[in-house]
Amino acid sequence: MARVVVDVMPKPEILDPQGQAVAGALPRLGFQGIREVRQGKHFELEVDDSVDDETLAKIAEGLLANPVIEDWTVRRIEQ
Amino acid sequence: MTARIGVITFPGTLDDVDAARAVRYSGAEPVDLWHADADLKGVDAVIVPGGFSYGDYLRCGAIARFAPVMTPVLEAAGKGMPVLGICNGFQILCEAGLLPGALVRNDKLHFVCRDQWLRVENNTTAWTTRYDAGAEILIPLKSGEGGYMADQPTLDTLEGEGRVVVRYVGGNPNGSRNDIAGICSPNGRVVGLMPHPEHAIDALTGPSDDGLGMFYSALDALTAAIAS
Repeated sequence: MARVVVDVMPKPEILDPQGQAVAGALPRLGFQGIREVRQGKHFELEVDDSVDDETLAKIAEGLLANPVIEDWTVRRIEQ
Repeated sequence: MTARIGVITFPGTLDDVDAARAVRYSGAEPVDLWHADADLKGVDAVIVPGGFSYGDYLRCGAIARFAPVMTPVLEAAGKGMPVLGICNGFQILCEAGLLPGALVRNDKLHFVCRDQWLRVENNTTAWTTRYDAGAEILIPLKSGEGGYMADQPTLDTLEGEGRVVVRYVGGNPNGSRNDIAGICSPNGRVVGLMPHPEHAIDALTGPSDDGLGMFYSALDALTAAIAS
């Protein structure tokens, strides 16, 4: 078993209104100096050792992310 | 024999009943299709209606594209069957790769629910021949993730090939690039749009009957195909 983390983020050129809303809220709460917030998704997968990186990439690109609007990264977490 | 137009229901679909009603108004026969169906019951065209299929989990349309019924839809679309995706249906067709681009959260984050003016930019698709080119129509828009996004080369292709079918007029409601409300496949048989023509088929129940033209157009296309 291994833990795999897939992070999915909106592409830099895609407007992220949710992140902007969070960034806009922070000064109102008294937090200064936060220039930008971008909001994405974080997936944690428990996978068998037989699952190779190529398969994980297919999962990330084919389902977890929409490559038209999102970038993704896959990393294995040491346990 | 009149044309038979399938209307797909996924768990979470909302507008299948109105879509079937619009098909009936136009004179075609609506056929109920279920997300788990493995075939299309011999229909001549398919409508993927609006709603929140599978609760919009993961992304709008991301789960629905893998529903069993989508396999024969993709196959039939490849052979030229007319397919109309409305709202969540448009999102599903984009996720499935039948149409380019993607729909994202509205730029102001608000769910937009209003009667929306559109300009018909392409009246040669299977779903828009009943409109005059440049006609302005009023149909409801109700979506939280209706911002049409595509990279610049894709936008240039869509604009260059006349594949923007309808465009928002009187202000962009959701941040869609180039004010795009709906697009079509290269052969004009597959159309997707965010606004809801099925809610504008009778002045008694909608802001206009401007949406009915889409269903008449499909019936024209199918009747011509059956006759030839």
